[in-house]
Amino acid sequence: MSLLEGVPRRALIGLSGLAVVLVVLPLLINDYLITVLILILYFAYVGQAWNIMMGFAGQLSLGHALYVGLGAYAAAALYVHFGVSPWIGLWVSMAVSAVAGAVIGYLAFRFGVAGVYFAILTIAFAEFARIGFDHWRWLGGSAGLFLPVANYTRNDILSLRGSPTMFYYLALSMTVAAFVLCHALLRSRAGYYWQAIRESPEAAQALGIDTFRYKMYAVVLSAAMTSLGGVLFAFYYNNLFPEQVFHISRSIELILGPIIGGIGTLFGPIVGAFLLTALAETLGEIMRAFGIDIPGVKQVFYGVCLLLVVMFLPDGIWPPLKRALGLHRAPAKSDKG
Amino acid sequence: MPADIYLNVAVSGLLTGLVYGLMALGLSVIFGVVRVVNFAHGEMMTIAMYLAIALFSAYRLDPLVMLVPIAGVLFALGYVLQRGLINPFINRPEHSQFMLLVAIALIMVNGLLIVFGPDAQSVQTRYAFDSFMLGRLIVDATKVYAGIAALVVAAALFAFFRFTLAGKAIRACADNYAGALVVGLDVKRLYALTFGLGAACVGAAGCIMVLLVDVTPPLGPAYTLLAFVIVITGGLGSMPGALIGGVLIGVTEALGGLLFTPSAKSMFAFGLLVLVLLFRPQGILGKSPS
Repeated sequence: MSLLEGVPRRALIGLSGLAVVLVVLPLLINDYLITVLILILYFAYVGQAWNIMMGFAGQLSLGHALYVGLGAYAAAALYVHFGVSPWIGLWVSMAVSAVAGAVIGYLAFRFGVAGVYFAILTIAFAEFARIGFDHWRWLGGSAGLFLPVANYTRNDILSLRGSPTMFYYLALSMTVAAFVLCHALLRSRAGYYWQAIRESPEAAQALGIDTFRYKMYAVVLSAAMTSLGGVLFAFYYNNLFPEQVFHISRSIELILGPIIGGIGTLFGPIVGAFLLTALAETLGEIMRAFGIDIPGVKQVFYGVCLLLVVMFLPDGIWPPLKRALGLHRAPAKSDKG
Repeated sequence: MPADIYLNVAVSGLLTGLVYGLMALGLSVIFGVVRVVNFAHGEMMTIAMYLAIALFSAYRLDPLVMLVPIAGVLFALGYVLQRGLINPFINRPEHSQFMLLVAIALIMVNGLLIVFGPDAQSVQTRYAFDSFMLGRLIVDATKVYAGIAALVVAAALFAFFRFTLAGKAIRACADNYAGALVVGLDVKRLYALTFGLGAACVGAAGCIMVLLVDVTPPLGPAYTLLAFVIVITGGLGSMPGALIGGVLIGVTEALGGLLFTPSAKSMFAFGLLVLVLLFRPQGILGKSPS
């Protein structure tokens, strides 16, 4: 149980309690709340994937909608045009996104495009894809790509046609898997290399770390993981429009969770996704109750949240929350952090 | 006469490109001095565009006449933003600054959406359908005025940096931050002044651009990105580079739109960006890293 070494007892109890609640929850709540939870889990998952690049390796990507979109379109197109099961399609999705990530990473890291310029390059590629897909007839172009709508009386796991509850458990498994993977990564050789690169690329290089290679690993892994979120997105929403999937506001939405929760932390993306989605949905409900229907209010709310967190909690909400809850990992010999 | 078409489109792209250049000039000035990437640049531009439209529809004031007061308003906005929000972030990590400006941009673009709605708005001037003929070359009068106005504003900015004491002080801050502090320059005020100037620049560009395109709130992020592409293409921190990059992107977009489909025109700008990053990462006029 080296994974749990040094984790305080109350954290373990809290985690197991949370796990039980998350597993039985769909039996207790209505469909609307399940859809909100799916949204939260989706953002937690893709946030976790983004966090590998930014939080672990220090490479700011503002174009992660690219990988979501590529993953979504690859799996959806294979399913719509050739009837290929998404369980096979997802490998294609991951491969396509990994290649895209590798190309962007190569262009950027090879030529010393770093920091904000790297971020701009990632946006440029996402925008490039958005306009390209808008004109790609085979994939529906700007008119959109539609999956045959599911028959909700029966869950077909093989082709991912089914009820929100099925998608809930799928999203939950993905989020848990991503969490476990990131937990392991953070304590692996690559994880320590990434953190060294994040803190000081020059020092890392001076120590003999192949910074180019490890930055590439981070981009490729993050891209492939994010594209799985795209597959979920495609089969859950059943429609894909380039204007929506690849849009820069999708990329921004995706990174709000980890930033607000805490960049580089394991729980940050989850806490951030939960807080932000729950607050935004509540805001939406209140506005509906008062009969207000103005587009943009939700985004202004996101903007204000981001502004406040960046100004007053530069490390995000999770680190102070963790201290308040007394969930510090006890210093153990195996733990170098 | 296909050659004529290409020439006409290229000239029209060049004139639009000058306005792009002015917009990018604002970004370049802010980055060159304050070392903060203004991620809300295009959003500031749309604010100026909506101001121009509001003034035009209420009082029939020509955007080109309103250029100076609107640039003044944007100057104030930039000055206050730098003083109030951005200054505390000067020594924070790059991504932290970036996030701050992403948040500001998000609030700006959706604030505009709430106030002005999602429908496209435009300005119809008396000279909207005029054109000049030079031999076989036919040019929109509006685009000629736009190009000239952009050049005039850019020239004024160059003159300010070259010939005024404040301009010299700002250049000193950009060259050597510590040195500027040592000789007693009020760097914080100069930073705010620079940010204001950059914002005024993009405000002027917005007033001009409103003559050429219909305005919707999502134009903001699109212009932010375009300004980045131009600045990187032209060379970071190079003021003439921003103008040249603007013209290059303007012509590329125009010809790309003609050869393929107009809706795909910005793909060519991004394509150009990738090429520049591949073969000349420091940009056309940028200094090569030593």
